[in-house]
Amino acid sequence: MIRTRGLTKRYGALTAVDGLDLDVREGDVYGFLGANGSGKTTTVRMLLGLVLATSGEIELVGRPMPASRASALPHVGALVEGPGAYGHLSGRANLATFDRAASATSRRVRSRRIAETLDQVGLDPSDRRPVRTYSLGMRQRLGLASALLRRPALLVLDEPTNGLDPQGIREIRELLLALNAQGTTIFLSSHLLAEIEQMCTRVGVLDRGRMVLQDDVASLVAPTGRVAVHTPTPEWAAEVLGARVEDVSGPRLVVVSDDAAGVNAELVGAGLRVDEIGPLRVSLEDVVLRASTEHAGARA
Amino acid sequence: MIRLELTSMLRRPRTWVTIAMLNALPLVVAILLAVTDLGPRPGTGPPFLSAVLTDGTLFPLAALGIVLPLFLPVAVAVIAGDAIAGEAQAGTLRYLLISPVGRTRLLVAKLASTIAFVLLAVLVVAVAAYVEGRVLLGSADPSGSVTSVSGSTLSQAEMIQRTVVALGYVTVMMLGVAAIALFFSTVTESGVSAALGTVAILIGSTVLLGLDAADVLQPYLPTRYWLAFVDLFRDPIRWDGVLRGLASQGAYLVVFLGAAWANFTTKDINT
Repeated sequence: MIRTRGLTKRYGALTAVDGLDLDVREGDVYGFLGANGSGKTTTVRMLLGLVLATSGEIELVGRPMPASRASALPHVGALVEGPGAYGHLSGRANLATFDRAASATSRRVRSRRIAETLDQVGLDPSDRRPVRTYSLGMRQRLGLASALLRRPALLVLDEPTNGLDPQGIREIRELLLALNAQGTTIFLSSHLLAEIEQMCTRVGVLDRGRMVLQDDVASLVAPTGRVAVHTPTPEWAAEVLGARVEDVSGPRLVVVSDDAAGVNAELVGAGLRVDEIGPLRVSLEDVVLRASTEHAGARA
Repeated sequence: MIRLELTSMLRRPRTWVTIAMLNALPLVVAILLAVTDLGPRPGTGPPFLSAVLTDGTLFPLAALGIVLPLFLPVAVAVIAGDAIAGEAQAGTLRYLLISPVGRTRLLVAKLASTIAFVLLAVLVVAVAAYVEGRVLLGSADPSGSVTSVSGSTLSQAEMIQRTVVALGYVTVMMLGVAAIALFFSTVTESGVSAALGTVAILIGSTVLLGLDAADVLQPYLPTRYWLAFVDLFRDPIRWDGVLRGLASQGAYLVVFLGAAWANFTTKDINT
């Protein structure tokens, strides 16, 4: 759905995005991670044809950008750096304006679609108040509604849960996952690891304009072939397990094994007590931080 | 997109507030004239103002003369200056462009709504002034004929024709202002800056017009031929000023609209 080759943006001497090769496949919930200032927003703007790339190629829903923007963008819904709305109009009127600007839908279809979408993001379709009186969270929901309005095949969302309370974040997450289950590809850009970890099937990590990691989340946080054991008597446990023990720190042992249940049976059989046992997983956070530091090391 | 821009311009309270304010000064002048009966001596003050005391139906032309030097261009600069910059400031520009509206199309729609605003403003000023003139100042000659600037008599039909041409001429003069403001609007993200930049150019032009040393520049200044619409009411009509005015505004339109287009279609939208 999104593919870039050698995508680069320079502002004078500063290289904001450097040789980016993005690959977002149909059906993905793709997490685009990076610290503030790492080039995420510039990338998103280039994908949508708002910022013109210095070099490189972009393919969006199978069409070259920005050359085919007129045929590509109708299949894309986007939220870029916060919502934008006309403060003197109601939420409804705002959606109608953006919809009318680009498409020739009949009034009846448009009106029904707007009401549905507002309802979907948790806004009251009969609300006539101007957007200027909206809270930050309501504006964010309106921005999402505007992205969802035309039932796009691809959603490009930049920090979609910004300004929402925990309840709202959960609602939006569930909405996005439901849309994904119906076939919408989602490209989610965020600096919030937890958000990405909860939702995404694939992740790309941007560090100072360069992609340092791009992979399926499942394979990144796959079991490591180690078992972590917490026991009140770690020395004894180390004796029982012998050479398979890789590391002992305090009450915790790391054991080379794919079989946590087997290790547990062995320890209990030897008369040990076990507080906690399970396969050792790396968190996405560890993976991302390692990729970023390795990259920084390679650069230095 | 053009229809959308037009309806949203007409539905915006700002449009009508601006037009109402535009009409305030001519109304004050009409009241003062009616109360005091003190007009400027012929040949001084805004054009036609000395004549309206004897014939109130001339007040539309006098009103245009009153708002043309500052009020009307400022209103046009505010509206046109806000066209792109205002969308950028509100954060709606990026959503319009990805909806997707082509950049050229958006610019054309903004230009069209600005032109419509100029026409509307000029017409409202003229109609309001006609009513004010009739009510407050009265019409002098029951035959309906009017004395031209040159002293001969113009029939009512001639008068109406020439007034329509004059309104068209003033509109074209304001389109030059709109083109400059639209260009600034694609450069900055603040509508106020775009409007002030435009007003600065117009004031600069007016200052240079008063300076003999700037003689060589004067034919090229944007405000040079604005008041040439007065020449339409001479007998016979003196076309040279009017034609030069049209040519110079045409040049300003082409240059600044071209610059606005070139800048806007190749610009990174970072707002």
